[in-house]
Amino acid sequence: MTVVGSDTERLTRADNAEPLLVVKDLKTHFKIDAGIVKAVDGVSFELERGKTLGIVGESGSGKTVLSRSVMRLNIASNVINTGSIRYDGVELIDKSSKQMQKLWGVEMAMVFQDPMTSLNPVVRVGRQLTEHLRYHLGVGKAESRANAIELLRSVKIPEPESRIDNYPHEMSGGMRQRVCIAIALACGPKMLFADEPTTALDVTVQHQILNLLATQQQDRFMTMIMVTHDLGVVAGRTDEIAVMYAGKVVEKAPTPSLFADMRHPYTQALLWSIPKVSQPKHTRLSAIAGRPPDLINPPSGCSFSPRCPYAQDKCREEEPPLVAASTPGHEFACWYPVGSPENQEAYDRNLAAGVAVTLAAEGRITATEELTSDIIAADLINDVIDISNDEVGN
Amino acid sequence: MGRILATRLLRLGATLFAVTFLSFIMTSLLPGDPVNAILGVDAPRDQETVDRIRDELGLDKPLPVRYVNWLGSAVQGDLGESYINRGQTVWGDTIVQRLPVTAQLAFMAIIIAVILAVPIGVLGAYRQGRWEDQTTSAGVQVALSVPNFITGIFLIWLFAVKLKWLPASNWNRISDKGLIANLETAILPSTALALTQMAIFSRLVRSDMIATLQENFVLSAKAKGLSDRYVLFRHALRPSSLSLATIVGINFGALLGGTVVIETLFAIPGLGFRLINAINQRDILVIQGITVFVAVAYVLINTIVDLLYTVLDPRIRKG
Repeated sequence: MTVVGSDTERLTRADNAEPLLVVKDLKTHFKIDAGIVKAVDGVSFELERGKTLGIVGESGSGKTVLSRSVMRLNIASNVINTGSIRYDGVELIDKSSKQMQKLWGVEMAMVFQDPMTSLNPVVRVGRQLTEHLRYHLGVGKAESRANAIELLRSVKIPEPESRIDNYPHEMSGGMRQRVCIAIALACGPKMLFADEPTTALDVTVQHQILNLLATQQQDRFMTMIMVTHDLGVVAGRTDEIAVMYAGKVVEKAPTPSLFADMRHPYTQALLWSIPKVSQPKHTRLSAIAGRPPDLINPPSGCSFSPRCPYAQDKCREEEPPLVAASTPGHEFACWYPVGSPENQEAYDRNLAAGVAVTLAAEGRITATEELTSDIIAADLINDVIDISNDEVGN
Repeated sequence: MGRILATRLLRLGATLFAVTFLSFIMTSLLPGDPVNAILGVDAPRDQETVDRIRDELGLDKPLPVRYVNWLGSAVQGDLGESYINRGQTVWGDTIVQRLPVTAQLAFMAIIIAVILAVPIGVLGAYRQGRWEDQTTSAGVQVALSVPNFITGIFLIWLFAVKLKWLPASNWNRISDKGLIANLETAILPSTALALTQMAIFSRLVRSDMIATLQENFVLSAKAKGLSDRYVLFRHALRPSSLSLATIVGINFGALLGGTVVIETLFAIPGLGFRLINAINQRDILVIQGITVFVAVAYVLINTIVDLLYTVLDPRIRKG
């Protein structure tokens, strides 16, 4: 019963240089009283060593469940996991919780969304930093204390020697998230999952945390999956982005191609929902009309069709497959992709017919390039803020 | 901390006043005249003797005056003397003598209950809804619904009558017979008391633990690859034990006055046994003294428990 793999396994792996993570047709369904929730419904992707994948989607799109499923954190009797997750050449989908424990923390680690609740309030930071180090690697007490101090220093927490004896409530939100990152880094994992790592933080702190994650990733040559609802967060910090809707990947592309040439209406809508610096004051936020779909009984055809300004009869009947776009590695699932003449026709037709969603979309800015440059501008502003706030707020 | 203590002490004073006053009134309202009890049923009762005794005990004075007089000596540590066994003081010869017995019973009962309840409660929460949970829950339900004297009788039958491992009744003081002999007489009654407590505690631990296991920090501990047992006992247990600490305090206090039946069943010379005698004999000052003492102990224990919260949850410490 090898868990991570024997030596021979490692040898063959080095030969064919498989990507660190290969996920194929992954499904995570939850059995509840009301039916089966298809939280993740057939997701495939590959992730090369040292690269970062951004998973983007709104609440309920399945992105958090996806990241937890890949890490196999949601093993329970009412969860059905199917498909394939090959991590470093080893299949994880049939592993038990007990077998996964040997990978968690050591091989793959996760930084959670809310640092206020993901640290144990009644345990000192020092023990939380190193308990898994001691558990997995058998590090002694004195040595683990030194390790903890070193970890706190590496995530830029001032006075780590005294901070180590703090309880979480004695730290600020940003500092706690730094602690969470340090915890994730403690055993030197190859694969880091960051599940909305900045959502619960102040805007100024968000940027520091993202930078910290990026530098740590580079220094340690980690592979990373960053889950977020904010396209702006992943814009400059990922190699590839997968946009999720209703448990499926609807568009996937290398980051530059996605912003240069986004094809899926949902991706476009997500981008539009970011407030822009160049917009006049008091511009209404353009929200995505409607709600995320019911994952027990998803709409027929394309699951985004009820909210899509371009939706046609075909969209409501037939589910679009993922197809390749012109740039390599870019895929999308849409019958009337953004930027195509069919898309324009569909829009005009809906507008003429007075379809509500389309009317709501009317009046939005459409030039995608302008928007991307806005994001970059916003990033720059954040950088300036970051420099002035370099000291960790307390 | 200083402020918490000050409010506590203030509250303690108010509680004690209420307790002493109420118990004074109630013991006075007991049917039957203590003078009759003192004289005995057959004794010749001429009005002169009755009046003399009333005068001696201060029973001829109105109730508020008696209360104030009693309170005046009580705060000086003098709880009076037994009406029936003259010369026997309520404090020195009754409470000081018998408290260690009852306190030991209550303490052992609580310890046994906690030792059993924590693993049972944790298991129930961990395997919620599975057979392990259902079996333990059913067992707990039974333990909760069986009165402790029934448990006591069963224990006597099994361990004293059938197996002959332990004595059926009586009490060996540590000072007289040593620790082993003492425990031999203490284990059955305290187990009988513990069973109900165990049921209450394990239910609390289970439900608190179920709530704690939903917390994000439990998932993050799990994501570190720590074993389930480590996560349960080193992460989830402490945040789940606040209600347990409360109820342990409350029930320890309650047991000090609530061992009456078990002490009677096992013929144990504790406070409860004495209290029953005193009530039967209308020995008002003894009833009064024991009641007040138990109340004071109860309030004090709960104050200690409140301070213990700060140990369990560091976030309360600054408050």
